[in-house]
Amino acid sequence: MSAVPTGPLQERLVDPRPGSARQLTIALAGNPNAGKTTLFNALTGLRQKVANYPGVTVESKTGLWTNAADLPAAQLIDLPGLYSLEATSLDEEIARDILLGHSSVKPDVIVVAVDATNLVRNLYLATQLIEAGKPVVIALTMFDIAQRELKIDVEQLSTLLGVPVVPVVAREKRGLQNLADEVFATSAARRDARDLTVALVNDIETRQQKLFRRYAHIERVIADTVQPLRFHRTADLSERIDRVLTHRFLGPIVLLLVLLFVFQAIFSWATVPMELIDKFFGTAAEVVRSYLPDGILRDLLTDGVIAGVGGVLIFLPQILLLFLFISILEDSGYMARAAFLTDRLMRSFGLHGKAFMPLLSSFACAVPGIMATRTIENPKDRLATIMIAPFMSCSARLPVYSLMIAAFFSNQTVFGFLSVGVVIILGMYLLGIAVAIIVAWILKHTILSAPPPPFVLELPPYRLPNLRNVAHTLLNRSGVFVKRAGTVILAISILLWALAAFPRSTGSSSVSGASQIENSYAGRTGRLIEPLIAPLGFDWRIGVGLISSFAARETIISTLSIVYNVGAAPAEADSLTGALQSARRPDGSRVWTPLVALSLMIFFALACQCMSTLAIVRRETNSWRWPLFMLGYMFVLAYVASFLTYQGGRLLGFS
Amino acid sequence: MTLDKIPTGSFAQVVSVDGNSTIALRLMEMGMVPGTSVRVVKSAPLGDPIHVCIRDCHLALRRSEAQTVNVSITAPSLF
Repeated sequence: MSAVPTGPLQERLVDPRPGSARQLTIALAGNPNAGKTTLFNALTGLRQKVANYPGVTVESKTGLWTNAADLPAAQLIDLPGLYSLEATSLDEEIARDILLGHSSVKPDVIVVAVDATNLVRNLYLATQLIEAGKPVVIALTMFDIAQRELKIDVEQLSTLLGVPVVPVVAREKRGLQNLADEVFATSAARRDARDLTVALVNDIETRQQKLFRRYAHIERVIADTVQPLRFHRTADLSERIDRVLTHRFLGPIVLLLVLLFVFQAIFSWATVPMELIDKFFGTAAEVVRSYLPDGILRDLLTDGVIAGVGGVLIFLPQILLLFLFISILEDSGYMARAAFLTDRLMRSFGLHGKAFMPLLSSFACAVPGIMATRTIENPKDRLATIMIAPFMSCSARLPVYSLMIAAFFSNQTVFGFLSVGVVIILGMYLLGIAVAIIVAWILKHTILSAPPPPFVLELPPYRLPNLRNVAHTLLNRSGVFVKRAGTVILAISILLWALAAFPRSTGSSSVSGASQIENSYAGRTGRLIEPLIAPLGFDWRIGVGLISSFAARETIISTLSIVYNVGAAPAEADSLTGALQSARRPDGSRVWTPLVALSLMIFFALACQCMSTLAIVRRETNSWRWPLFMLGYMFVLAYVASFLTYQGGRLLGFS
Repeated sequence: MTLDKIPTGSFAQVVSVDGNSTIALRLMEMGMVPGTSVRVVKSAPLGDPIHVCIRDCHLALRRSEAQTVNVSITAPSLF
């Protein structure tokens, strides 16, 4: 707003000191599932910023809340959900510190989202804040639903609690202006009464006594202000839905069907946009190639920048679809049921029921899976889940498995009907899961050991997913992926390109890609590591492929295509399988045998060859320590497993 | 009698929550204060955790945690 108007409105809203139209800071607090996010989205629209709180991995969401057209927008902070000021997790600690003014962020007003359909428990946090003398405004969320069953005397409630209470229906944007008015009135009143200490804290009371007193107080307030409209509450719809969805037998079956649907969608719907993205970057590279003269700049742009960015963005459709399903499942309330159904199973691996969905998502792509671990409150449990997520066989491994199977295991069957390819792919999935279970168990009993965290999980009422919330989640999460991962990946792609492009092979421009690679730093490194990887059955060419595959797994295919001097286009994939089958070592023996292919697949199943994953782990854990640890231990495991496969296979007489 | 022993579908009344642990405090903050009526709705397919309902609010908790909640059996509340 360029011109700040004068008058009573401005006085109410803006710090009156000259030249300091100070922006108000407003914190939005509330129980999990109290409708906080919907309210936040309704108040701020698209003007949101998602970042991390300094030094920790808890996500901070801030947005601009324009309360009146002629005034500067207030800064609204969406705090992590919490049940009380007695914090039990990092998220809750951060929220508590901000609410109590112990953090660098000091809110002028606290808006507490209180679910009108669940008043007693939701008012507990509000009562604590009021007791502490904080400037509180209560937003009674889901008021329309509550009105069907309860008659709430809002004015009386406000009088008894001593703070403004504003009913809102955030989905329909009702009550938001009233909320804005009350927030401003509270901030103005606060300025007048800043020195008054309102809190009357009785220090002799134990925590338990305080708790009982608060509940007794809340119950008295509710008895005076709320009347049930019907003698019996209508049979709880959510509970009736749960009769099927968490039924002893039907529950797991429904869960399985949901998962099948999600995976079917990811693997079939995502292929069309993935091909389009692939084509787009292919065309872009062609265009650049046709306009720029031969040389380093052209190669840098086409093979480094465009190929690198394209190689990451090609996974965006899958990641978006996964986020779409995860946020729908979360928003509808089903995610908590999935945790309820699988907790016992996950606990036998030392994990939490909430680890189930993130791990499952990782079968499509570890990136959204790792980002979805944010729902796990206990930091050690969350880390353990992150550390094993890349063992879930992701979609980038499939092209590699497919190539190996097409080249060395096609048209073979076991027991006369099962194709060997299917058995091998299934085996790779099971290998990943088995190793993940063992690693989780070891981590939970060593560096990540902790007493079992409380599993008090709210099963929120089922709700139709709010499309606005879903859209916001999609936008935020994919933005993070593209921005954060994108920058790291671009840098590494350029580095890998440079390794393969330098030193330049001298001679005419008709130097083949194969001889360029052979003499490049990458080729030399391949030769250098050949003694290291020879026990796995790999020669230096495979070594070059392995080096390039640390950017992204499927990159090994295009690298092998260049090394064997065949086209990289999918149409020429047949020629690559042919080249692999006929490749010979200097002594005339075959480079690739079924055993080598198997050893390579096992290496790919266990190694962390994905810089997107490492970049996301870096972001989620806020240090390079964990991603480097992940890269290291997974490499060791992959090496040992490949070694055992190849050497064991040779001892058993396979070749 | 502790909450984990209450058969599915039955009501009970919270008498106390044992200990001063984080879990006990969290359970009380979520509404398990003495006198509150609790209904055991069901247990998960593998027998654990259990699903309980207090104050129209549905919670899942592990049996080990339910064990810290002392209850007395009551007739189903009329309300």
